[in-house]
Amino acid sequence: MIMMSRPERSIITRLSMPSLPDHVRIQFDPIRQAWAVLSPERVFWPNDVSLDILRHCDGQTTVAAIITALAGEYDASEDDVAADVVEFLQEWSDKLLVKP
Amino acid sequence: MTAPLFPPISMLAELTHRCPLQCPYCSNPVELMKANSELDTGTWLDLFRQAADLGVLQVHLSGGEPTLRRDLEELVDGLAMRGVYTNLITAGVLIPQGRIHALAEAGLDHVQLSIQGAHADTAELIAHYRGGYEQKLETARRVRAAGLPLTINAPIHRHNIEQVPEFIELALSLGAERLEIANVQYQGWALLNRDALMPSREAVERQVEVVTAAQERLRGIMNIDFVTPDYFAIYPKPCMGGWARDAFVVAPDGTVLPCHAAQTIRSLSFERFGERALGDIWANSAAFNAFRDTDWMQEPCRSCERREIDWGGCRCQAMAIAGDAAATDPACIKSPIHARMRMLVDDAQTAAREHKGDEFVYRRITHAREPV
Repeated sequence: MIMMSRPERSIITRLSMPSLPDHVRIQFDPIRQAWAVLSPERVFWPNDVSLDILRHCDGQTTVAAIITALAGEYDASEDDVAADVVEFLQEWSDKLLVKP
Repeated sequence: MTAPLFPPISMLAELTHRCPLQCPYCSNPVELMKANSELDTGTWLDLFRQAADLGVLQVHLSGGEPTLRRDLEELVDGLAMRGVYTNLITAGVLIPQGRIHALAEAGLDHVQLSIQGAHADTAELIAHYRGGYEQKLETARRVRAAGLPLTINAPIHRHNIEQVPEFIELALSLGAERLEIANVQYQGWALLNRDALMPSREAVERQVEVVTAAQERLRGIMNIDFVTPDYFAIYPKPCMGGWARDAFVVAPDGTVLPCHAAQTIRSLSFERFGERALGDIWANSAAFNAFRDTDWMQEPCRSCERREIDWGGCRCQAMAIAGDAAATDPACIKSPIHARMRMLVDDAQTAAREHKGDEFVYRRITHAREPV
């Protein structure tokens, strides 16, 4: 047996800088007039809030900065936004649709 | 039709029926098409353009073995130019060095690689192809080296169901991000070989435990899609997400089908791309409209609260077992002949004990019918 380090589940923290993997694409579908997320064997139709989070996932912005930005965009407190953002990103990371 | 017609999301393109492997559960029809009936490059490209115009977002390039098409790079390029997500479904043998890289360069998004057994001897027995296992592992490495995401597809039946834990380890070691533990669907070739392939109830129960535990253990590491075995089910699957609802299949000669086994429903006739435009077939084909939405349903489906969850299940399975394509899928506990599924499982176990059920009818093109 070759010894290899086992991959581990990634946990999203405020310091994570999430991005979309190369093989996951967000694109606007002109037929349905909606944004689609294309991934291996699946198509997702994220709602507006999910799209706003995904648009900030550029690999250079921390989760903390995403929370600050979204709180500004929604005119909400960071505390109100934080839990939703972390929960969403953890869920998408678990589906391997977001890279922490 | 009162319900609105939605555009299709995905298309399975069976580019060819040619394949080096001879798996006895192949999803291609028993009457295989020869190379001379395949659509040419230009026609496939035209079909892909029409599919994108219609709303198709994902195309699964399958077969047979799609890499036997020398124009595969050109086909991938045509799809990529339209922003369509491309998935290559391959057996992973006889692929020359550099081809996977060239496909990635052409814009391929994802590869699904089938592996018939977690050991070389099982894989060779099932595929009837010597040396295939090692070639498949090499293909997996090349896919990862080309930077492409990898799904391992493991078709499960009596002869490899105890290898599910090893399939999981194998997929992890190959760097797959998805693993399909896909219990064989008994249509076409698999229906011919049902007694030789059907697992026992005890093995299925062990499999469910293994897969459920692995899905939990590997959360965020590798996604395991579990295609459960219909013959042991309580409710049917929403086959194809519902007949003609958001997906379709195109056979090598351009015949447009609601699912890959649809031609087993002999009362239906299907149109070929080229004779009619794709959008016309999708909207107006009598075969597509035959089981679309819920108007066609009989009881118990018609008044069932799950009718828009599973859409009545699989029409081809209803045809094969109930003898009526509009019947409730017998996999459903509400089907009046649901008990027949258990009897068929028991019959297969009896055949196995008497060693009558272990002879495969391998998939061979010699069973092919000449194109009309």
